[in-house]
Amino acid sequence: MVWDDTVIEVTNLTKVFNGTRAVDRVSFRVPRGERLGFLGPNGAGKTTTIAMLLGLIAPTEGTIRILGHPMPDGREAVLAHVNFSSPYVALPYDLTVRENLIVFGHLYDVRGLQRKLQDLAGLFGVAPVLDRRTGRLSSGEIARVNLVKAFLNDPQILFLDEPTAALDPEAADTVRGLLLRLREERGLTLFYTSHNMREVERLSSRIIFLHHGRIIADAPAEQIVREYEKTDLEEFFVALARSRAEGGA
Amino acid sequence: MNWRRIWALNLRQLFVMRRSFARVTDLFYWPLIDLFFFGFLSLYLGRGEGAPALAGLLLGALILWDIFFRVQQGISVSFLMELWTRNFVNLFVTPITVREFLLAMMLWGVVKILITATLMTALALLLYGFNLFTLGLTLVPLIIGLIVFAWAVGTIITAIILRYGQSAETLAWSLAFLFQPFGAVFFPLSVYPEWLVRPLLLLPLPHLFEAMRAVLSGRPLPVDHLAWAFILDAAYLAAAFAFFGYMFSLARGQGLLLKVQE
Repeated sequence: MVWDDTVIEVTNLTKVFNGTRAVDRVSFRVPRGERLGFLGPNGAGKTTTIAMLLGLIAPTEGTIRILGHPMPDGREAVLAHVNFSSPYVALPYDLTVRENLIVFGHLYDVRGLQRKLQDLAGLFGVAPVLDRRTGRLSSGEIARVNLVKAFLNDPQILFLDEPTAALDPEAADTVRGLLLRLREERGLTLFYTSHNMREVERLSSRIIFLHHGRIIADAPAEQIVREYEKTDLEEFFVALARSRAEGGA
Repeated sequence: MNWRRIWALNLRQLFVMRRSFARVTDLFYWPLIDLFFFGFLSLYLGRGEGAPALAGLLLGALILWDIFFRVQQGISVSFLMELWTRNFVNLFVTPITVREFLLAMMLWGVVKILITATLMTALALLLYGFNLFTLGLTLVPLIIGLIVFAWAVGTIITAIILRYGQSAETLAWSLAFLFQPFGAVFFPLSVYPEWLVRPLLLLPLPHLFEAMRAVLSGRPLPVDHLAWAFILDAAYLAAAFAFFGYMFSLARGQGLLLKVQE
């Protein structure tokens, strides 16, 4: 096992809720620096898998190793070098943006916190709202503040749940560009979900497609499109979702 | 144990406190209402023969009861705040451990009660001439005993909310009051029917409040009551931690950590 290359290793990961297999014997490896799109229709098992990777849900079977540590047992060591951002998981609305970022900076044991906070706020364009209450921000501002939080601890792996879902096209494009730049500069591994297939094609170097809790495709976007004889990823996704609605696989 | 992470959670509470009228109300409004009510009641009762001692006992019991109740509430409400603001997932994708999370809540409960109890003690002296410090050094083990039991009760309530969600949040305000009539808080153990006394002595509160009454009445500190209180405190706290750990792993197994804040 070469841990300087593989940052996530998942083997036979299974999660059963009340007799239903939400995730069914999923196995994959993610090398350092990869841009992995983790896709699938609603209910495919994406959120459950990410929650298991982050130690929020315990697997029924299977193993997870992140940065060489088992999860969830090694969560303290892993989560210090990992971060997560989702527009659906808000920062406390009753604190200002600065207060929230200071609290999370301490939680991640960030050194030189004030300086880092200023730098990241500038980078993601949230410096003007630092002293505004988080609950009064627009959804686009919240998404960008979440990204500042996500970069506070210089993560080696960044889990992003629909990172641009709340952004207008121009802001989304800016954020995608920033993510790619930061990944390039820092050797960051991106593990993200999105329902925006154009975004997936731009951001990802590899895609894992989940369906009924199982991996049905694991390849670069263009290879998946070619193998399934579709014109693009969007067409593949729609066909998959419809087959699910009709009870197909 | 990473103290910076513990500080982070307490800092978050301080930030909220700075601008939340509701949180400030928690600290001052209800404790002061209690103090005024019992203070004037004590003045009224103090008119009878031998009654000043009774009035002092009531005020002493009130202040010590508030220490127990506010510390327990401090833990439960700081946990609920993470759910109300939908911050729970954000917290548990940081490296914070369950032990650090619990310790942070326990410390916040103590910080809150230091502020409230100081104010209540000062006002009781100024307005009603009752000096809690007549308990002398006895006050220290009594307060420690109350805080530890409050930690245990607060931790158990938090564990139940974690498992059953916000529908169980009413426990944060109500459960402690179950101990008020059965904790020998405002009246001695001798008031209860004989068959009830033995089961009640399985709680630390009757031991602690009996000790308080003994000292305020000029009798020596009943060391056996104090010893029992500490033995029971240790048992309840250990059980509370084990219960929280069990509920947390149950919640993690059933995916409830994602749903508890919804």
